[in-house]
Amino acid sequence: MTEQEYIQSRRSEPWREELRKSLKAKERGDRPRVHMPELDAEYRSHSLKEEVNLGLSAEQAVFEAGRCLDCVNPTCMEGCPVGIHIPTFVKNIERGDFSEAAKVLKETSALPAVCGRVCPQEKQCEAKCIYIQKMKKEPVAIGYLERFAADYERESGSVSLPELAPANGIKIAVVGSGPAGLSFAGDMVKRGYDITVFEALHEIGGVLKYGIPEFRLPNKIVDVEINVLRKMGVKFVNNCIVGKTISREDLLDEGFKGIFVASGAGLPNFMNIPGENLIGIMSSNEFLTRVNLMDASNPESDTPVQMGKRVAVIGAGNTAMDSVRTAKRLGAERAMIVYRRSEEEMPARIEEVKHAKEEGIEFHTLHNPLCYEGDEKGHVKRMLLQKMELGEPDASGRRKPVPIEGATEWFDVDEVIVSVGVSPNPLIPSTFKGLDITKWGTIIVNQDTMQSDLPEVYAGGDIVRGGATVILAMGDGRKAAAAMDKALKG
Amino acid sequence: MNKIVAKEYFSENVVKFEVEAPLIAKSRKAGHFVIVRVGEKGERIPLTIAASDTERGTITIVIQAVGESSRKICALNEGEYITDIVGPLGQATHIENYGTVICAGGGVGIAPMLPIIEAMKKAGNKVISVLAARTKDLVILEEQVAEYSDEVIVMTDDGSYGHKGLITNGIEMILEREKVDLCVTIGPAIMMKFVSLLTQKHNIPTMASLNTIMVDGTGMCGACRITVGGKTKFVCVDGPEFNAHEVDFDEMLMRLRAYS
Repeated sequence: MTEQEYIQSRRSEPWREELRKSLKAKERGDRPRVHMPELDAEYRSHSLKEEVNLGLSAEQAVFEAGRCLDCVNPTCMEGCPVGIHIPTFVKNIERGDFSEAAKVLKETSALPAVCGRVCPQEKQCEAKCIYIQKMKKEPVAIGYLERFAADYERESGSVSLPELAPANGIKIAVVGSGPAGLSFAGDMVKRGYDITVFEALHEIGGVLKYGIPEFRLPNKIVDVEINVLRKMGVKFVNNCIVGKTISREDLLDEGFKGIFVASGAGLPNFMNIPGENLIGIMSSNEFLTRVNLMDASNPESDTPVQMGKRVAVIGAGNTAMDSVRTAKRLGAERAMIVYRRSEEEMPARIEEVKHAKEEGIEFHTLHNPLCYEGDEKGHVKRMLLQKMELGEPDASGRRKPVPIEGATEWFDVDEVIVSVGVSPNPLIPSTFKGLDITKWGTIIVNQDTMQSDLPEVYAGGDIVRGGATVILAMGDGRKAAAAMDKALKG
Repeated sequence: MNKIVAKEYFSENVVKFEVEAPLIAKSRKAGHFVIVRVGEKGERIPLTIAASDTERGTITIVIQAVGESSRKICALNEGEYITDIVGPLGQATHIENYGTVICAGGGVGIAPMLPIIEAMKKAGNKVISVLAARTKDLVILEEQVAEYSDEVIVMTDDGSYGHKGLITNGIEMILEREKVDLCVTIGPAIMMKFVSLLTQKHNIPTMASLNTIMVDGTGMCGACRITVGGKTKFVCVDGPEFNAHEVDFDEMLMRLRAYS
């Protein structure tokens, strides 16, 4: 059966047909899109670990699921990098079978509770919803519903495991336990492979643990999804750096038949401007790792972290929003975003920008730092910002920021977090001899199979894309799993 | 979890541990370091590997109790476990036959110097080791250093053992009498700064192994960044060894005080 035929056969199950008939399309379309309940902005801006979004109630979820028209040709699915059977899980919510909805999610996604929270649905599944495509209405809240189903199952305490193929004894190594690696591991263990995931840090989860803060993605939710993989038979080895602790040759000697490299883009970029090495200036990775992974703001933790009163975050991606909102929660009186373009060009999710504004984050758009000055102890005390204006669109299609001559301004700051992007981790490219890489250090793979020029080595996620999203990384993991399975089974 | 198989006190505050870490023991080279963490609320701190035993599957680390985390580690006993050890990290020391090499180690820095002394000797160099400490009790590993050195000069601040004076006085003694091709130095940042100033004056290529603040140790965060030859470098991946004459030691000293 082709994927298309499978989608149609599920759609024509009697309960689905009945459900479709139970409500007129117009009635469905007239329903307003659900609003996600959230914590009060003032309260949450002082609470580091409480999740901002509170999740839908069962009534809200069923009502919202009823908006979905169960299209013959569900275009929403085209927008999902891991190909979730969206109408099938949504209709299960509408009929009240939440556990079944969760099962449908797990057919294709290793981390539904994570994706429901951090995917930019407005650019993916929801952007392809018929409501927004053809009817100029708000799309079905697919992300909220995904989160609802995954949370429902977790909280019910009876987490189901996807069906596993009989063990085939073929050993596969995964380098990195971030979203790409976990997604790959989930798909391969389902196919019967013997999977070992090697992680350099002491915790499993990659950016889900060290990067994305608890107020957006609680660690315990990530751990539940990782434990599902464990129960399915995936082995995790922490504190092990492939390329350092063990080599590719070691892996091959130990009988691993395939290696999936998902080592991410963990190296922070700096701007290389005067004063950037002053105390109090750090990368988002350092700041977030201290706070999220090392729990540095907890007095019981041995790891320290700066807690500035006037904090500037340079950049406007999701990482910048996470950093600035974290700084505010650690007690900053002024926490500001400094961005060289205008709000329109900000790469962060609209929801994150909205949440940040509600929490009192200042936005200084069309400003760019030129240098920093420190006090006699070498601690940053102020920064010089260049005012910018927008010129012609550049190669990326975004209008290029151009300095306005003579328009500069000093800002007092006691902490600066640099969040101007990341570069691929060079460890694997530099220790896997013969691996083809681009001049940016990303691994070159066949776009259809994610296979590199070393036949047993596949790669996906940020090590192939540069800094991208959780869900694109997961999509790569799925694609690589399908291709590696095919190659190994001949 | 890594089991401590042996513990030895060099002095009241300096402890040597032999710890199970078979994969690291096998893959490490002179100059490499590890990141260790003790307890679920523990901090990740960098420690250079002083030795390894591939048959026993162990590595040796030497720690001086100076702060919360190092005191916590030093309090562990034989049979107990270090929660996390990851490595080997950093670039290995570049070893070749240079000719005459001074290995200048200060205080607890003598321990990470030991594998470099051994490797330099095995590569055919004439190795002159200068060991410096505040006082007699803090001179560590002298016998092991002597095993791979053509000559060992010990300096103590108070003159309680060896020569009285700083490490730089010891180095000067050598420079006055013979040609030296390379100097390698490991110790407190301020000591390495003055060693570097001295050898620069004498035009002797010098490598310093830097010990900055680190978090992950894999290049992910930049906490360990320093300026070398006008460019920002990450000590954990680009180092820990750099051309000492290009290192901005004043900036490094300043950054070491970030959390003090």
